[in-house]
Amino acid sequence: MAKKKLATVWLGGCSGCHMSLLDIDERILDVAKLADIVKCPVVDGKEFPDVDIALVEGSVTSDEHMREIKHIRKHSKILIALGDCAVMTNVTGMRNYFNLADVINASYLTAVSNDGEGEMPDNPQLLKLIDKVLPLQEVVRVDFVLPGCPPDADTIFYVLSEFLQDRVPNLAEAKKLKYG
Amino acid sequence: MDNTILISPVTRIEGHAKISLMLDETGEVKDAQFHVNEFRGFEKFCEGRMYTEMPTITPRICGICPTSHTLASVKACEMIQGIQPTYTANLLRRLMHIGQNLSSHALSFFHLSAPDFLLGYDSDPATRNILGVAEKYPDIAVRGIRLRKFGQELSQRITGKKIHIMGIVPGGMAYPLTEDNRRALLDWIPEAKETVKIALKLIKDFQAANEEMVYSFAPSPTLYLGTVGPNGEHELYDGKLRFMDSEGQILHDQLEPSRYLEFIAERPVSWSYLKYPYYKPLGFEKGIYRVGPLARLNVCNSMKTPLAQLEFEAFKKMNAGKPVHGTFFYHYTRLIETLGDVEIAESILNDPQVTSTHIQHHGQWNYAEGIGSSEAPRGTLFHHYKTDETGKLLNVNLLIATGQNNPSMNYSVLEVARQYVHGKDVKEGMLNRVESTIRCYDPCLSCSTHAMGQMPMAIEVLDFTGKQILNIRRD
Ligand code: SF4
Repeated sequence: MAKKKLATVWLGGCSGCHMSLLDIDERILDVAKLADIVKCPVVDGKEFPDVDIALVEGSVTSDEHMREIKHIRKHSKILIALGDCAVMTNVTGMRNYFNLADVINASYLTAVSNDGEGEMPDNPQLLKLIDKVLPLQEVVRVDFVLPGCPPDADTIFYVLSEFLQDRVPNLAEAKKLKYG
Repeated sequence: MDNTILISPVTRIEGHAKISLMLDETGEVKDAQFHVNEFRGFEKFCEGRMYTEMPTITPRICGICPTSHTLASVKACEMIQGIQPTYTANLLRRLMHIGQNLSSHALSFFHLSAPDFLLGYDSDPATRNILGVAEKYPDIAVRGIRLRKFGQELSQRITGKKIHIMGIVPGGMAYPLTEDNRRALLDWIPEAKETVKIALKLIKDFQAANEEMVYSFAPSPTLYLGTVGPNGEHELYDGKLRFMDSEGQILHDQLEPSRYLEFIAERPVSWSYLKYPYYKPLGFEKGIYRVGPLARLNVCNSMKTPLAQLEFEAFKKMNAGKPVHGTFFYHYTRLIETLGDVEIAESILNDPQVTSTHIQHHGQWNYAEGIGSSEAPRGTLFHHYKTDETGKLLNVNLLIATGQNNPSMNYSVLEVARQYVHGKDVKEGMLNRVESTIRCYDPCLSCSTHAMGQMPMAIEVLDFTGKQILNIRRD
């Protein structure tokens, strides 16, 4: 079997899903036998090469995430929504119940530790937040959802090894389906 | 000429952080802007929820230091209720907190930094990662992976979850530690101790062999903030705050964390989603302080355990008892802490009370305001809640560890850039230097897949009209 290419990406999330991926511990070496871990997906598209599998953590919260997830979709054979934020926005989407301007003001204008001076973040280098946080499948086609906050390491390893060996994982059958 | 150099992204992922360097007329670096590109809005969206939900919502701020958030959060809840956790609950919380500190520090050292030390800063970026280390030094890589695993196991064996644990509740803990799990955790101690000793030797050898570099690494003096115990000893979970100036004078000692607003203020800046906190009495420009392992070891009088104490004494000698400012020494101090973590875990696991089932005091809403703090792997963090009389949150303020290092990270980047960038002439090694400077602080914003390898970086030199005049990339 030819070695596969694997990429992992972090959008609007807490990195907990990636930490859970690391919790496969020594088994990362088994994954490395089956796949080259392509490490650097970046926003402008040049560095994100064609891959077999992309694991994407987090929701789409900004213009940059939008561009990026579309780009990743184009270059990935299998796109996996990794964790509840990617699957259904989860905690990242809790801001959807509020007006974006209010959410921003609570941090940068009215926070009790603020000194009343300074400026609102608005540098062109900063991503532009979109009004409502979106789960991946509202923006692109997702091939597999792997829920959990985070999904536990055994489940991530199971899903990865199935795909890496050209099988389709079945979370229900494997009794590994859980949310939260 | 108003030239700007843009480094994007600093993390290997799509730009959670970028850097712009501003040049003056002569082409020398005038200023640096460290852009942090993440915003999720916890302060607002927690409003209207019950304060008791916070210990399960706020860990989702960060997957690397969720337990520190839970602890700061649960302490704020306990202040609202006016209760204290039980003795055993404190032991279990300490164990889990140590576990998180250990796994986060192991990640920082073995997965992220060791590739530079072992394979070389100039080795092939394609293999300059933990998998590359595994190929050349399988024993070290596996030890590092397992040390992190031990840290995660401490949470797993107490609450059944490694990340975003659910078992820490106001008044104590929801689950006791079973005898089987206690023994299983104790079994890890010898291996963990040995691994940290190996890591310490690695870093000390590296420091000795690269003296010039490690001492010249962003060495500007700052103030320091850390938590200490009643005798000024090193403390991560439950102590009081100490501020120290750059000469080692204690500015404030045994401060209740609930007084944080008297000493810390912060200011939003246009170029970052991360605000700029500062030590209030000195003001915005001068009040730069640092938190995290280097700060904690600079401010404390002693470590709590014998092996860590020996290392601490060696560390203190480096600058004749005064604070050590070199940013590179974050690595060394991180490992001294890790050694202490393993020793403390051992002593807690041997405390006969650790498996007691008296793990929770029960309380109810009594006060409208609560403030909690704890030492995350990257430094002191504060949670501050105000509620109405039904316990619904009216206001939430969060001051996070990496935020407090933000001004000095920005300054460290500027220092490195001044050394390496002169007009269009960007010296080879600049990318790596900036990257490793940031990595010293082990900021939360560049975590996760960081572990898989090297950050891609691009330096873009733009003239004042925004036209690109130079572009250097490392994929
Ligand atoms: S699903 Fe949970 S662990 Fe994963 S990114 Fe979201 S909050 Fe973090």
